[in-house]
Amino acid sequence: MTFVSLLYGLLFYFATFILIGGVARKIHQYWTTPAPLKIPTTPAPVTQKGVVWRMFREVVFFESLFRSNKTIWLFAFLFHMALWLVLLRHSRYFVETGFFLNFIQPFGKYASFAMVLGLAGLWIRRVIVDRVRYISSPSDHLMLALLMGIALSGMMMTFVAHTDIMQVKAFFRGLMFFDWHNLPASPLLLVHLLLVAILMIIFPISKLLHAPGVFFSPTRNQVDNPREKRHVAPWALELEKHNKIYLDEVKHG
Amino acid sequence: MADYEVPKLTGAGYVEVPAIEPGSMAGKGPFVAKPDFQKALHFPSDFNKGQGEGERYELVPDWKNKALAKLDDLRHRYRSLQLYLDICVKCGACTDKCHYFIGTKDPNNMPVARQDLLRKVYRRYFTFAGKHFPKLVGAVDLTEEVVEEWYNYYHQCSQCRRCSVFCPYGIDTAEVSMAGREILDHIGRGSKYNNEIISKVFKIGNNLGLPGMALADTLEGLEEDVEADTGIKVRFPLDEEGAEVLLVTPSADFFAEPHVDGLMGYAKVFHEAGISWTLSSYASEGANFGMFIGSYENMRRIALRIREAAIKLKVKRIVFGECGHAWRVAYSFLNTLAGPFDFLDPKYPVPQHILEVTWGLIQDGKLVLDKTANDDKVLTFHDSCNVARGSRMGDKPGGQFEYPRNVIKAVCNHFVDMPADTIHDATFCCGGGGGLLTDDLMELRVKGAQPRMEALKYVTNEHGVTHMAAICAICKSQFTKVIPYYGFKMDQIVSVHQLVSNALVLQRQVSVQARPDDEDEDEDGDED
Ligand code: SF4
Ligand code: SF4
Repeated sequence: MTFVSLLYGLLFYFATFILIGGVARKIHQYWTTPAPLKIPTTPAPVTQKGVVWRMFREVVFFESLFRSNKTIWLFAFLFHMALWLVLLRHSRYFVETGFFLNFIQPFGKYASFAMVLGLAGLWIRRVIVDRVRYISSPSDHLMLALLMGIALSGMMMTFVAHTDIMQVKAFFRGLMFFDWHNLPASPLLLVHLLLVAILMIIFPISKLLHAPGVFFSPTRNQVDNPREKRHVAPWALELEKHNKIYLDEVKHG
Repeated sequence: MADYEVPKLTGAGYVEVPAIEPGSMAGKGPFVAKPDFQKALHFPSDFNKGQGEGERYELVPDWKNKALAKLDDLRHRYRSLQLYLDICVKCGACTDKCHYFIGTKDPNNMPVARQDLLRKVYRRYFTFAGKHFPKLVGAVDLTEEVVEEWYNYYHQCSQCRRCSVFCPYGIDTAEVSMAGREILDHIGRGSKYNNEIISKVFKIGNNLGLPGMALADTLEGLEEDVEADTGIKVRFPLDEEGAEVLLVTPSADFFAEPHVDGLMGYAKVFHEAGISWTLSSYASEGANFGMFIGSYENMRRIALRIREAAIKLKVKRIVFGECGHAWRVAYSFLNTLAGPFDFLDPKYPVPQHILEVTWGLIQDGKLVLDKTANDDKVLTFHDSCNVARGSRMGDKPGGQFEYPRNVIKAVCNHFVDMPADTIHDATFCCGGGGGLLTDDLMELRVKGAQPRMEALKYVTNEHGVTHMAAICAICKSQFTKVIPYYGFKMDQIVSVHQLVSNALVLQRQVSVQARPDDEDEDEDGDED
C-alpha cells in the first residue's frame, strides 16, 4: 500500500461520507419544512400524475429553461446530458461491465467533448453578458473551473496519456469491499481524483444542491387543486386549534 | 410630465434587453409605516421618528438580531424560502424577465439579484460556506445599508411571478420578496401604503375605509344610474341575509373608473340570471394585502372576515369580482386560510370567479347579448399576473386564459391578442401590483409598465386596437394612471364586465330580490 493510495482511499471515504450525509441532511430539511400555501406556477397540472409529467419534462428536457433562453439551454443541456453519459461510463469502475456498459463506453468517451463545450459556453456567457457577470460571485467561476478541470484531466487520460484502468477499478472495488489496492502512480489520475473528491465535498454546501432541490420546488411540484382539497401546514393548524390569529399568541398560551 | 425619463415605445412589440445601469433605482423606497399601523398588524411598534428631516423612522431596538431571528423563523416555516435561498445556480435565465429590470435597467431588479439581497445575508449567518468564506460566495454582514437595500428593492417587486415561469427550478422571487417584507415589518420598516390599508380592513372592512353607510349610499346611487340608463331596476344589495351569492369584490369597484362599470356588469348578470346576491359591509374587500407583505397571519385574519360574512348572511356560494390579487388569494388560499367551507352548496366550487359565473350562463344560453353594442371598440386583453400565474378558472389548466377571452369574444366583435410572449403565463405585470400602487413609487410604476405598453402599442399600430380590457382592480388603476405617459388615453382601459354590461340585453323586468324597504311594491312581480 503506497502512502498516496492510502491518502486517496481515506479521502474518498471522507468525500463519500460528506456527500451522502450532507445531501441526506438537506433533503430531510426540504422534506420536513412545510409549504403552508399552494403556490404552483399556473397553468399547473390538476393531478399528481400531471405533476410527475411536468417534473419529468423539467428534469430531462429543461423545459422552462428552453422557454427562457435558448443559449443557456443549449449549453446547459449539452453539459448535463454529457455528464450523465460520462457518469454511466464511469460506473464500470464500480460494477462488473455487462452488455449495456460496454455499449455505452464510446458514447461516454466522446460525450466528454460535449461536456467541455457546454461548460465553456456557460463560462463564456458568465464573462461576456453584463447581466450574468453582475450576478456571478467567485464561487460560480470556481465551480466551472473545477468541473472543467475534472473534464480535461479525464479526457487527457482517455485520449493522450492512458492510465492503468484495471488498477483504478481494483482500487475502487477495493474501497467498496475493504480490500485495499494501490492506485496507479499517474499524476493526471491523482489530479482528476482530487478534483472529483473536492466536488463531492462541496456538493452539499453549494448551489449543486439544485440537483436534489428541484424536486422539492413548490411552484413545480404542487398539484393545482386548492379549491378541491384543503391544504394546511402543521403550524397553521396549531393556530386554528387554539383559535388564534398570531403565532406569538399560541406560544404564550 | 415627470422629472425622470419616460421610456420611449418603438411599436416593435417587444423590448430590447437593456444594458445594466447599477444604482439607477437606488433610493429609500416608499414611505415608512408609522408605529400605529404596525401595531394594528401585530408587528413591533417600539420605534421612533428619526432625528433628521423627512419621513424616516428608526429601526426597532436590537433590530439586527430580530431580523436574523425572523429570517431563521421564516426559512423553517416556508420550504419555498429555504429552498430558493439554496438552489439558485446563477444561470441568468431570469435576468431579463422582470418588467422592472427592463424598464429601469437597475441590475438589482433582475430577479436573481433581488433574491441575492436576502441570500447574501442568509449565507453569511446560516451556511457553512458563508460563515467561513464570505468573499468567495458573496456573503455579507447585515448592516443598516443592507436593510435599506431590502426596503428599497423589495418594494420594486410586484410579486408577479413572471420570473418563476422562466427559472429552471421555478424559483419564485415573489416568495423571497414577501419574506423580505415580513422581516422588514418586524424591525420597523413596514410600508405605509400596505400596512395602512390592511389596518383599514381591520377597522372598517375594506381597503378604502368606506364605512357601511357610505357603501349603501353608493350602491343606491348605482341602482339609480342603471335604472336611468335601462329603465330596469337592477338591485345592488348590501347585507341581505339569505341571498344565494355573497359577492366579494375589490373596493375600487365601488367608485373608481373603470372598475365601477364592471360592478354594474356583475349586477346585471346576476339580475338577468335571476340569482339573488349580496355584498357584505363587514367583508367589503376582495383584495387581500396580507399577501403583499408576506404575512400569513394578517392574510388569514382578512380572509376569515369573508367566512364570517358568508355564515352570517347564510349564503350558498361565494363569488369574487374582477381583481387579480384578490382572485389569487381567493382561489389558492381561501380554503387554506379560512376553510373548510362545508356549509356552502357543494355544487359550486368555493370560491367562484365572476367570469366562471358569466361564462357558464353564456354557455347555457341564459343571457341575451348584443355584440354590436361594443362595435366602437377593438379590444385586446391584459392577463393579470396573479390570475395568469397563480390561479385557475374552470377545471382545466389554463382556464384562466380562456374564460376572459371567451367572454370578451361573446360580447364583442373585435378582439386581438397582444404578442404571444407577452400574454398568458408570460404576461407582463401592469407595473403597479404587489403593493406598489402608491404615488411615492410613481417613477417605478411608469417604467415598470414599459413592456406592457410596448405590446399594446404594437397591436394598436398593427391591428387598430382601441381598448385594453383587464380583470384586476390594480391593473385598471395602474393603467389608467400610467398610460397617458405613453401617449394613450385613460379611458382606453376597460373592465371585462363593463363590456358584458354594454352588450347584455335586459329581459327580466323585476329583480328576484325585493328592496327591503319597499317590499309590497315588488311582491306581485317577484317570480316571473
Ligand atoms: S416577481 Fe415579478 S416583479 Fe418580482 S422579480 Fe419576479 S418578475 Fe420581477
Ligand atoms: S433562472 Fe433561477 S436559477 Fe437561474 S439565476 Fe434566475 S433564479 Fe437563479
